[in-house]
Amino acid sequence: MTGSILFQAIVFLAGAVFCVPIAKRFGLSSVLGYLLAGILIGPFLLGFVGEEGGDILHFAEFGVVMMLFLIGLEIDPKDFWKMRKTIVGMGGAQVAVTMLLSHGLFLIMGFDWKVALTVSMAVSLSSTAITLQTLKEKGLFNTTYGASSFSILLFQDIIVIFMLGALPLLSTVAPSHSTDSHGDGVNLLDNLPLWLQTLAILLSVVAIISAGRYLIVPMLRLAARTRVRELLTASALLIVLGISFLMELVGLSPALGAFLGGVVLANSEFKHELESTLEPFKDLLLGLFFMAVGASINFMVIRENPGMISGILVAVIVLKAVVLFMVGAIFKMKLDQRLLLTVGLAQIGEFAFVLLSFAFQLNILDKVLMDMMLVVTALTMTLTPILAILNERLILPRYGTKESEKRPVDHIAKKHKVILVGFGHFGSTVGRFLRSYGVEATILDHDSGRVDFLRKMGFEVYYGDATRMDLLESAGIADADILISAVDYPDTTFKLVELVKKKYPNVKLMVRARNRYDAYELINMGVENIYRESLDTSVKLACDVLSRMGFRKYTLHRQAQKFIKSDEEGLRRLAKQSRHEEEYIFKAREEIAMQEKLLEEDLRRGFFTDDHHWDSEQMRLAQQ
Amino acid sequence: MKEVLIIFAHPKFEQSRTNKTLVQNVKSKQAVTFHDLYERYPDFDIDVDYEKQLLEEHEVIIWHHPFYWYSCPPLMKQWIDLVLEYGWAYGPEGNALAGKKVLQVITTGGSEKVYCAEGRNMYSVNQFLRPFEQTARLCGMKYLSPFAVMGTHRLSEKELENYATQYRQILTCLQNDQPIQSLKDCVFQNDLPELKNLN
Repeated sequence: MTGSILFQAIVFLAGAVFCVPIAKRFGLSSVLGYLLAGILIGPFLLGFVGEEGGDILHFAEFGVVMMLFLIGLEIDPKDFWKMRKTIVGMGGAQVAVTMLLSHGLFLIMGFDWKVALTVSMAVSLSSTAITLQTLKEKGLFNTTYGASSFSILLFQDIIVIFMLGALPLLSTVAPSHSTDSHGDGVNLLDNLPLWLQTLAILLSVVAIISAGRYLIVPMLRLAARTRVRELLTASALLIVLGISFLMELVGLSPALGAFLGGVVLANSEFKHELESTLEPFKDLLLGLFFMAVGASINFMVIRENPGMISGILVAVIVLKAVVLFMVGAIFKMKLDQRLLLTVGLAQIGEFAFVLLSFAFQLNILDKVLMDMMLVVTALTMTLTPILAILNERLILPRYGTKESEKRPVDHIAKKHKVILVGFGHFGSTVGRFLRSYGVEATILDHDSGRVDFLRKMGFEVYYGDATRMDLLESAGIADADILISAVDYPDTTFKLVELVKKKYPNVKLMVRARNRYDAYELINMGVENIYRESLDTSVKLACDVLSRMGFRKYTLHRQAQKFIKSDEEGLRRLAKQSRHEEEYIFKAREEIAMQEKLLEEDLRRGFFTDDHHWDSEQMRLAQQ
Repeated sequence: MKEVLIIFAHPKFEQSRTNKTLVQNVKSKQAVTFHDLYERYPDFDIDVDYEKQLLEEHEVIIWHHPFYWYSCPPLMKQWIDLVLEYGWAYGPEGNALAGKKVLQVITTGGSEKVYCAEGRNMYSVNQFLRPFEQTARLCGMKYLSPFAVMGTHRLSEKELENYATQYRQILTCLQNDQPIQSLKDCVFQNDLPELKNLN
């Protein structure tokens, strides 16, 4: 009954639609939701998905490739170059020490040195998919923890190529068919001498870089000029698939190639177009990937060897965690960032599936051990997100940066209590200005480095996730007058607003909104005071342009005030409409429709001409 | 040659034919600093230290503004309120401006005829300008009889040109420290006999 593709698609989609909202509801990351969905529909619970789970896994790994392409797009080549030391240093240390220790561990357990080495390779790698997805969801990409995780993962992506290359050397038999997922086809270079292989690899990297400049961008321009939207989607997919194919041809990791391709295109004008086009594909494929991992957990193997598997499982996680903790210490990470890193990368990653099955084909591993290690891998991937939650809720508040610090009572005993959530670029400006008035806001932030610094500066700061009611309550929301939300991520903002509105409706909310869309949402949630990033500053810039062209500053000043006021009014009017109209599918189209509406409003109002105050010309005409 | 500072306040300068012509004639004159308040402080955030420094560097101060509701535009009043500080411009030790000359240059829509006991504005322009006169006096400055361009709505281009030339000539007189009519001698600078001849 599991035969048809249609049925499989329905099973996976239904699993996702059912499980992910539940996971989200309990405050877990979507990754965990997908994994649980996979277990649920897998062969051992509902049995909707059978052995073909493995094939789906290979297919879904393409999601990881896309994710790395998208991450590459976010990284300026110059920044990438600056990261090289962390990548090699942290990544190298992590992989080398983990391999060394786990090699020893498996030797002690009585495995042959070749087997131990192969397994230790798999163990040293972490999951790019899980880690980066979690980082993105929590908005921690720009913290020390995020950057270090990314550096280590990138190094692993590079080193895995050499691992795959080294495996045949451990084998006594030549691989009859190399059927690892990254090289479904035959590796073109297998029969070439080593120096030619190296040359080919270098050439393909150069090919990607130059193709980015001289082939891909002109191609995208061509596609854009046709104004057929799906052509851009096709081009975007073509780029990622093409790079992956080229990489597989020369035996490199497609993920790495895609990342490189992304970096090359990071400065092109199509950056955002590519991002918005590929994002849904990536998300779906990644979801599929996590579900396939969940479905591939072989509970039969666990039942046969429960002691052995749980032993290895615990040993692997502890070992990886200890090494990560040490690496964090060597690179002088703060304790809580280090703890986040320790738990965040403690799983075995998706590359292990590739390495292990390749080693099996090479006769290095037997079937039993491979199955066992595959199960361990999938289990670590399921367990670490849970461990991360425990770490955040139980350990971090105690060690690392404390959620709060006791302060002398006279400071807290202020008449009007203001809570400021988020102390990034936006929040810090707000906080500094308030302080210049002697108003000491209670600050909530999720960056421990910032929190420590602010405490040194004498602010009252709480560390942690502001959408947790208990943290808000210990920050004193119960007797606060005003809560300022200066949060970057709209989802966090909405969650915070919803939470506070429900439980403490008397607290006045002053909320930062990134743009009109977020503002609409907030208006419809009943927020009165909304501050759009893209309003005042843009108008100010336009004023300066007009002033430079020779218009009088004071007139511009009045006109700007008027413009802002009417824009705010329009915002409130349009917010009501936006609720009734059906959702747009394409963001770009929605945006154009929005601009059209705004321009119509301006035209209708015509306020550029009706400012007749002090205009002697009018009186003069009247008197003549 | 005495340095002249024109403190100019007009919220809608770009629409004022009269003031554009007047300003054009004196703006780039030698040893004249043209200081455009509404252009410099569109948000009314006056830089008091800078204003004081400007005042100190000049010996002749011109208050040039349209005559709105029998007074000056709000930024000019803001300027007076903020810049003429106690202890600096007036008060026991406030003598930074002592001895400087002040000339008020105003433009009015209504003609001279309506600014008198029989006209619809009841009082003369000089009477309306008493607060400014007294302000200058309190700061130890010499308040000259004002230069007024009146009935601007009906001025012909030729008449306007004449006024502009007069404005320029008055500034030249002030710069060269030539005797100029004080308030006691005449109502307006416009009444100076030598300027009259220009018409």
